[in-house]
Amino acid sequence: MAHHPQNHTKEPFVRIVKRDAVSPQKAWGIRIIGLLCALIVCAILIFSLTKLNPISVYTSMFRGAFGTVRRSWQTIRDAMMLLCVSLGLAPAFMMRFWNIGAEGQILVGGVATAGCMIYLGDKLPTPLLFVVMFAASILAGAIWGFVPALFKAKFGTNETLFTLMMNYIAIQLTSYFVALWEKPFGSNSVGIINDRTNAGWFQPLFGQQYGWNVVIVLLITFGMYFYLRHSKHGYEIQVVGESENTARYAGINVKRVIMRTMIISGAICGLSGCIAVAGAGHTISVSTAGGRGFTAIIVAWLSKFNPFVMIIFSFLLAFLDKGAAEIASKFNLNDHVSDILEGIILFFVLGSEFFITYKLIFRKSEKASAKEEN
Amino acid sequence: MNTIVSLLQAAICFGTVIMFGSLGEILTEKSGNLNLGVPGIMYLGAIASLTGAFFYERAVEVPNPIVCIIVAFVCAFLAAALGGLIYSFLTITLRANQNVTGLALTIFGSGIGNFFGGSLNKLAGGVGQISVSATSAAYRTNIPALASLGTVGDLLFSYGFLAYSAIILAVILQWYLNRTRSGLNLRAVGENPGTADAAGINVTKYKYLSTCIGAGIVGLGGLYYVMDYTKGTWANDGTIEGLGWLAVALVIFTTWKPVNTIWGAYLFGVLYWMNYYLPGLTRYSQELFKMLPYLITIIVLIFTSLRKKKENQPPANLGLAYFREER
Repeated sequence: MAHHPQNHTKEPFVRIVKRDAVSPQKAWGIRIIGLLCALIVCAILIFSLTKLNPISVYTSMFRGAFGTVRRSWQTIRDAMMLLCVSLGLAPAFMMRFWNIGAEGQILVGGVATAGCMIYLGDKLPTPLLFVVMFAASILAGAIWGFVPALFKAKFGTNETLFTLMMNYIAIQLTSYFVALWEKPFGSNSVGIINDRTNAGWFQPLFGQQYGWNVVIVLLITFGMYFYLRHSKHGYEIQVVGESENTARYAGINVKRVIMRTMIISGAICGLSGCIAVAGAGHTISVSTAGGRGFTAIIVAWLSKFNPFVMIIFSFLLAFLDKGAAEIASKFNLNDHVSDILEGIILFFVLGSEFFITYKLIFRKSEKASAKEEN
Repeated sequence: MNTIVSLLQAAICFGTVIMFGSLGEILTEKSGNLNLGVPGIMYLGAIASLTGAFFYERAVEVPNPIVCIIVAFVCAFLAAALGGLIYSFLTITLRANQNVTGLALTIFGSGIGNFFGGSLNKLAGGVGQISVSATSAAYRTNIPALASLGTVGDLLFSYGFLAYSAIILAVILQWYLNRTRSGLNLRAVGENPGTADAAGINVTKYKYLSTCIGAGIVGLGGLYYVMDYTKGTWANDGTIEGLGWLAVALVIFTTWKPVNTIWGAYLFGVLYWMNYYLPGLTRYSQELFKMLPYLITIIVLIFTSLRKKKENQPPANLGLAYFREER
């Protein structure tokens, strides 16, 4: 492919050439190299802040995330939550529909769940209560996903900006309900919902408090894998994502696919709001989503929409979060250091994608290129 | 009368922060780069100006107001432009996805801001609450003769110089984008980079410069927030993030026209603060009121996509990367 410049025009020092198909092994190898570079930069940063040997930093991070059974389960809980949101986003992003609105979809799902727990907690039998809670959160999330999709499909309204705005509407709506349900009066928080009766709380499974969270999210993981890889819908999503024109030519109703996919995407994000309220926090506040809607975009994107790879990335980010909190409390720093580390890792992994798609060809000396010609 | 004046004052202070944010983002988006890192960049500008001013004020006995202003300004602009450079390198040179990179930058920037904002005093050896009173006072200086003109003085002349700079910047940007060759080139890059490239415009250079300078301008919003809005202190309450997203909303609201930010930003300010001044609102209905800026932005977004008027559309190539080899 590399041709010798015949007319002695100046050849650039470095050229960018698209690679032919890269084997998945090699692609993941490049990503892992990017990840290692990021961890080195993070280690340098932590060293300059704490003057602590980087290896012992990572061991104490590990202790913070998995040091005790209790901590391990908290890390698992957070990873499952992040995984659930990422699973919700995967179909939308695969379709190249930029759903930046997961934060809002989680919140409305959470608000719907909290509302059911507060108003129906002592009125319905437990199984029925759970059915209503799940249905309400799924419906709320689905509506939040459907509205931008409707306008995108009908009028081509920019979905990135629309879903972004929907987040803030959801945040203000949550503030409204927090003020409405606040308990005790004047605390500006809802407090633990049904703390006496535990109505609407996920019960321990196999003796583990977060057992149900794991089971539900793993079920969605398998379901999403088959939906995206082995169903007609999944195929349609993929074609629309590659090219809307191709999809239209192939007889796919693009508008319908967009709306259907966003209903599913919003519904799963809404359900993750239900898990956050009924399965973890037992309360609702504007920080119930806690930025997961944004972090999950990155998990879904980096995993190339493979649900099983998402499990790994969710655990990596949950580990970072917990580990950084441990270092922060040990050294009296604040735990926003985890956001910095997360940012650095994202920059490197995003940058490494380039080296999967392209390769650099450096200018060769006259001799070397002459040799190649022969 | 007094309540109206104080509402408008609050709205103008609030509006200035997001005006800088959306002016910077308009410049960036005109090159076709949808930088969702605005909140993070604002954080970078805010914390850099605070840190710079903090160390300057500690180093000298009597801080010189002019030096205070220069130190904080340069720190804010450079730190924010550096954030823009990270984004540019990843999206333009390494061709990473713009949305994901922007969000990563927001996470990174808010982490830097809240981390150093929360632990600056500890890293400096436990000096208590961070406060850069001299720099903040320098930024809030107004012309006393004009500011004491009663209601007119309160309404028009009671702000620091940055509030007026934002208005001037809006006018300059409007002129630059519509009346200069370089501005037209920039718009060509955002509309159709392939054609611009064929016409001999250096697409990469325009994208880099407009994104980095745009980020620097966004950083000035952070500077104004720290020095004027919170009067030289830091609170880890996530306000900057909300303001940053509101700045992104304002870009849509103004349909990518810099002069529209002048009234748009103040209107957003009025909408945001109005609930405190309206009588008879309960604490929870106040929260619903704060939805208004976002709701109106959505309506504008739908309306512009419905009417399809050419001059109100986003840059045609917004959010897409440009690869010369893949034309």
